[in-house]
Amino acid sequence: MASFLERLIGRREPSSAVSARERLKLVLVTDRSDLSPEKLEQMQAEIIQVIKSYLQIEETHVNIKLEHRERKTYLVADIPLVRDHAQKAAEVLETSPPEESREEVAAASDTKPKRPSSPSRPRKP
Amino acid sequence: MGARVITVTSGKGGVGKTTATANLAVALATLNKKVVCIDADIGLRNLDVVMGLENRIVYDLVDVVEGRCKLRQAMVKDKRVADLYLLPAAQTRDKTAVSPQDMILLTNQLREDYDYILIDSPAGIEWGFRNAVAPADEVIVITNPEVSAVRDADRIIGLIEAEERKVPASLVINRVKPDMVRKGDMLSVDDVLEILSVRLLGVIPEDEHILISSNRGAPLALDHEKSAAGDAFRNIARRLTGEKVPLLDLQQKGGVLRRLARMFGAAEPNA
Repeated sequence: MASFLERLIGRREPSSAVSARERLKLVLVTDRSDLSPEKLEQMQAEIIQVIKSYLQIEETHVNIKLEHRERKTYLVADIPLVRDHAQKAAEVLETSPPEESREEVAAASDTKPKRPSSPSRPRKP
Repeated sequence: MGARVITVTSGKGGVGKTTATANLAVALATLNKKVVCIDADIGLRNLDVVMGLENRIVYDLVDVVEGRCKLRQAMVKDKRVADLYLLPAAQTRDKTAVSPQDMILLTNQLREDYDYILIDSPAGIEWGFRNAVAPADEVIVITNPEVSAVRDADRIIGLIEAEERKVPASLVINRVKPDMVRKGDMLSVDDVLEILSVRLLGVIPEDEHILISSNRGAPLALDHEKSAAGDAFRNIARRLTGEKVPLLDLQQKGGVLRRLARMFGAAEPNA
């Protein structure tokens, strides 16, 4: 909070503890899931391809990332639909039209807690 | 029933495992518990020097495992406290001289007669770590508020969670510098807990008395003079016995006004 305010009032750099926290969060996502940023990007491209054959989406605003909460890793996808299309799709599906054109799809990876630990998956030291 | 076997580990080296093991052992013994601590760092033993018992070693852990002596013969009694013993590691062998099964058998022989068995784990995640964790009823993970140590702690917690045998883990954050945390130049206890999501057992402030005590081979917890780290270790020992002891307030000097001033960019008076 303090650091946020500091940035708001124009302190040039975030404090080093903030950098440490942010860098740790990022590196731990990779450590824990064994998924490199490149692989994640590749997966995102493939997911977009699949969704595009069903829905019209705002491709440039897609955001798919791994998040860590309470020692579990989640794959969180934020995939905005193109407004007209969302409406049409909703009519076709005979459901009430969504208030927002953005839909959040959050898939919890409960089945795979994604801890980088099983001995069957040796990892680089 | 018998003893609780507690393994002290960290992943990264140099974060304070051995110091913590020595001090917790001493602190538990001064609470009238019967304690034995085992140095599982074979080939790189150090618990003996930190405790100041290096000149009294006759036999070691590997001698016991290989049947060259009885378990009791290898245990070094600490004469400064009642009922505190050290089972030293071998210095001239490597970690493969002992197996996880050996460690389980060994601790089972001790469980009847003691209240706490503390095991000082070697750094790393290989053989030595496996040996140290195999007999554990619980694990204490030591970390420092820095990226490398926290990252390794995360890895260790992951490995412990992945064990079939569910062993509870708790965290001790060592070498915290409250002044640096206040200036935003050190990860805070809350930052570390947010990242690791694990139960906090205690926080040890950076304290030069630690170095002085290891120079002398007299763990800080022996000394009842006031020292921040000594108090913190004694508090952790009491928590291990089930007592509810609040965390030391490391932020005493930072009042509300000062924190507000900091938020709005005022210079720290002693920055």
